[in-house]
Formats: sequence, structure tokens, C-alpha cells
Amino acid sequence: MSKRVKIVLFGILIILVQVAAAQQRFPKPEFETGYVQPSPTTPEPRGLAVEYMDVLVLLAVLSLATWFALRSRSRRGILWLSVFTLIYFGFYRKGCICSIGAIQNVALSLSDAAYNISITALAFFLLPLLYALFFGRTFCAGACPLGAIQDLLIIHPISLPPWLRKSAGIIPVVYLGLAILFAATGTEFIICRYDPFVGIFRLDAPYHMVVLGVAFLLLGMFVSRPYCRFFCPYGVLLNWMSRFSKWHLSITPSDCIKCKLCTSSCPFDAIDHPTEESAPPPGRTYYRRFILYSLLIPVWVLVGGFIASKSYTYLSRAHQDVYLSELLIHHPELVNDPDNLDIQAFLSSGKTLDTLVEDARVVQQKFRTGGWFMGGFIGLVIGITLLNQVVFRKRKDYQPNRGDCFSCGRCMDYCPVKN
Amino acid sequence: MKKNKRFNRRDFIQSSIRASLVVSVGGIGGLALKNSTGRDWVWQIDPFECNQCGRCATECVRNPSAVKCVHAYDICGYCDLCGGYFIPGAVKLDTGAENQLCPTAALIRKFIEEPYFEYEIDEDLCIGCAKCVKGCTSFGNGSLHLQIRHDLCRNCNECSIARVCPSKAIKRVPSDTPYMIKGSFTKTTDT
Ligand code: SF4
Ligand code: SF4
Ligand code: SF4
Ligand code: SF4
Repeated sequence: MSKRVKIVLFGILIILVQVAAAQQRFPKPEFETGYVQPSPTTPEPRGLAVEYMDVLVLLAVLSLATWFALRSRSRRGILWLSVFTLIYFGFYRKGCICSIGAIQNVALSLSDAAYNISITALAFFLLPLLYALFFGRTFCAGACPLGAIQDLLIIHPISLPPWLRKSAGIIPVVYLGLAILFAATGTEFIICRYDPFVGIFRLDAPYHMVVLGVAFLLLGMFVSRPYCRFFCPYGVLLNWMSRFSKWHLSITPSDCIKCKLCTSSCPFDAIDHPTEESAPPPGRTYYRRFILYSLLIPVWVLVGGFIASKSYTYLSRAHQDVYLSELLIHHPELVNDPDNLDIQAFLSSGKTLDTLVEDARVVQQKFRTGGWFMGGFIGLVIGITLLNQVVFRKRKDYQPNRGDCFSCGRCMDYCPVKN
Repeated sequence: MKKNKRFNRRDFIQSSIRASLVVSVGGIGGLALKNSTGRDWVWQIDPFECNQCGRCATECVRNPSAVKCVHAYDICGYCDLCGGYFIPGAVKLDTGAENQLCPTAALIRKFIEEPYFEYEIDEDLCIGCAKCVKGCTSFGNGSLHLQIRHDLCRNCNECSIARVCPSKAIKRVPSDTPYMIKGSFTKTTDT
């Protein structure tokens, strides 16, 4: 074929393109040379059986961690278990699926009937919580890859003042609320998107993810387990479960002799000191304050719900439909911008602006209602946390704080009482 | 005696709360389970919905992307003038780099018999940019299209391309039918 013929052909082709609506513009040729048409390869994903094996591994690691923390009282065992977890769930499984992210799968499956949660994700969500209800946060001790990578890099832990710990402790609650709201409205999975360590587990991840992870690890050398204590949304759930756990790691195998040796051993400030023996019995002001703080809880709930629900316009912008419809309404001229991929895709999808606006309205409504739940929930936690500050609980000896303790077992080694 | 009783009361409250927590965790699990089919899910691109925006090359958590071009040979026309291989108005229909659409020269053009050519993708080179897909879809049969390759994909809990895909083409599909390759997979019309 000469060049000119080709150019003419190309022109005809272009015209054909305009008219042709069907996919098959050119029929498949009949080959004469016995050419065998190859077929595209389809590498299989990991099989279901292997996924279930992950659940079994989790179960085994959880049970071992519990055994080491509660029965054999071996910090060394927990340490080696963390190394295994880091290698298996972290570097080998690349941090996916993890219990923290599974919160979102559960939230989405409860809100969207069309989404079918996988059994693996559900098991990863449930097992650690159930273990925490009976044995404390042994999941955090040895079965969480995010906890393990931080725990192994604690170098010089500094003690944080209680007010700072308590106030920063609200962040995970807000994070949990937002994560559930965003997942349940089908917006996105923020826990996965901002998981700081997944970049390190994968190594080939985008630059900013790796930087975030390294920053957390550097901070974690001094402020031990910063993600666990001040961000982890799953930690919030585990904390509640663990407070009511049936059994829990104890610092001493028998009776505390109040030698105070363990107090500085916990890098997470999670050891509660005994209350003063000589402290006077709680008086009138104490009860008054208790009642006041209890009555304030509903106020916190209402205020929280009100604020969160009012911020629906901002929050819902994270959803693609809302974002796009607002963009099109406020900047209709962008329709002519060939570089705006979102708008171009919308235009070629054949959807009308009216349906888009309607879709966006439905999403916003969800954010409005969801906002009440989320804000109310955050308010409730703030109210209860404040109430807890004034409640007086008698403690005879040094005990791990059941909510905050990760059951890492460091304190056990410091206790001079053996058997 | 009195002390003992107080402790018992505290224990009682503790175990009632624990019991109700077990029930609520179990309840959440049960509700979620009702909505589960016992299958596992992976991410895949519906080739009929993809509009070749190019984000697949840049948004995957893997670099280079786990999305690659696949060739559905079944619907290929084996054209000499391949809309996916050549830039529009290519000066010469040969394998010169300046004539190719693919930025990494991942498409391999092989002569079969007059006037037919086979196009194969070198997946090690392909970055999933969809340039060839756009060309093939606009000017050809649309036999070149993108797919998530499951040997490369990490099966993220939420695919980060799906989050930004402007045509919402990336979906969760059952892991026993993990591909949507044109030809065997045809457009599902829901109307
Ligand atoms: S607090 Fe969260 S990140 Fe830390 S070990 Fe526990 S579950 Fe893992
Ligand atoms: S992001 Fe979506 S539309 Fe863009 S190339 Fe990938 S699948 Fe196609
Ligand atoms: S043009 Fe892009 S999608 Fe097509 S083969 Fe080349 S790199 Fe892959
Ligand atoms: S699931 Fe993850 S690895 Fe797979 S294509 Fe999406 S972003 Fe890439």
C-alpha cells in the first residue's frame, strides 16, 4: 500500500468512527496460514482457602499472645510473636486485610445491602474484640502488625502528662466516628487511605505514604506507639471491651508489695497507682460534681450531634457525587474544559445533571442523619471521659489500666515478686 | 462481710456489661453475616464503563500500577492501521517509536499474514496509562482494554483507583470470576 492510500484509508476510518456505533468495526479475519489466536492470560487472585488460612493464623497468634500474657507471663514470647506478626501480616500480607480497616467493611455492609462483606474481613473484625472481652487487649500485644512495628521501635519512651493523654485520646474517637460515617455513606475508606504503615509494608507504595510511616516511627521512638494511642479507631473499641474483660494481664503473679519498681516500666503510662490510704472519704462536693457531670452527658450528646449534623455540607463534599454536582452548579463553564476528567466522564456517561443533583441530595441527607449519630457518639464519649475523671475508685495496689494497657507484658519482668 | 458484698456487686455489674457487649458484638456480626455470600471479593475494571482517563496509571498504590492493558484477541480485527498502536496520522506504519501511542513501547506488533498484524502487550513495560485503549476504542474494535492483574494487585480493602475513577468503572467482583475480558464478558445492560 502506498502512503497516499493509507492516508485516504485513515480518513475513511475517521469517518467510519463517527458513524459506527457497534463495537466490532472490523470483522475478525479468517487466517490462511494456520495462525493460532492466543488468549489473554488471567493470573488468579489468592484463593479463598488461603484467605481462610489468614483467619486461622490470626486465631493462633491471638491465642498464643493471650497465653503469653496471662498464663506463662512471658514478655519474650510476646516479643517474638510481634516479630512474627510484623513479618506475616505486615510484610508478607502487606498489611491487608487488617482488623482496623475491617471496621469500615462492617459499617458498609450494615448500611448497604448490595455490599457483601467477606467472611475474612468479618472474622478479622470480630475475633480481636471477643478476645478483648475475655482477656484484655492481647490483640494489640502481639497480633496487630501496626502495633508490632511501633512496639519494636520504642527506644526512649517519655511519659506524657495525663491531661495531654486524655485530651489526645479523643482523636481516635473522632476518627472512628468519621471512618464509620464515610464508610456507611459509601464515600471512602479513610482508615485505609491514611494507614501510616502500609507504605512501609509495601515498600513500593507512593512516596508520601512511606514518609508518613517513617514520621510515625521516628515519633514513636520517644512517644511510644503514637498511632495506637492517639489515632487507632479500632483501639477505641478494644479499649471498651477490655475495660470489662473477664481476665486480664496482671503485673504481679501474687500480691503487690508496692515496691513501685513497675511504675516506670510501662512506656504507655498505662499503670494506675494505688489511691492514698489516708484520703478522706468522698464528701458533699464530690457527689455534687458527680451529679453535675452525669447530667452534662446528654448536653454533650446533643451539642456533638448538632455540630456534626450541621457540618454535613463540608463532610459530604468528600463524596464524588456531591463534589461533582457542586462543581457543575457553581462552575458550569468547566463543562468545556477537556482536562477536567471528572466532568468529562460525567458528560460521556449520559447521566443528566438533574439525576446527579438528586443523587447528591440523597448522599447529603445521609450525612445529615449520620452526623447526628456520629456527633452524638463523640459527645457521649467526651461526657463519659469527663465523668470518669471525677469518679473516685479505690485501688489497693499498682494495676494496669484495663482500657489503655496493650498487654505487652513489659511490667511483668519488673515485678520482684515471683510466684 | 460488707466489703465482700460490695465487690460482688461490682463483679455483677461488670459481668452484665460484658454479657451485653458479647451480645452486641455478636449481633453486629450476625447482621453483617446475613449480608455475606461466603465469597471473597477482588477489584476489577468494567471495560465497558472505563473512559480511559489515565488515572489507573497514577493512582494505584503500586508503582508501576497493577492495572495493565490486556488484549481480547477474540474481537481484534488484526488491523494494519491499528488505532491503539499508532498515533493518529502516523507518518509511517512501522514500529518506529515516534509513530507509537504507547509511551513505553509495550505494544508489540507482529506480522501474521497480509494484511494482518497481531498486537501483544508486554506487561512488564505496560504502565496502564490507557492511551492505546483510547485509540483502540475510538478507532478500532476496542479489543485493547484495561484490567487489574491479580498477580500484581494487593487487593486493597478499598482500591485507591476506584475511589477516584471518574466513571466508577472499578468494582468488587467475586474472586472466582476475577476478570472482565471483552468477548467472553459482554456489557451487562440493566435496563
Ligand atoms: S491500638 Fe490499634 S494499631 Fe495499636 S495494636 Fe491495637 S489495634 Fe493495632
Ligand atoms: S480510572 Fe477508571 S476511567 Fe480511568 S482508566 Fe482507570 S478504569 Fe478507566
Ligand atoms: S499505551 Fe499505556 S495501557 Fe497501552 S500498552 Fe502502553 S502503557 Fe499499557
Ligand atoms: S486494589 Fe490496590 S493494588 Fe489493586 S489496582 Fe487497586 S490500588 Fe492497585
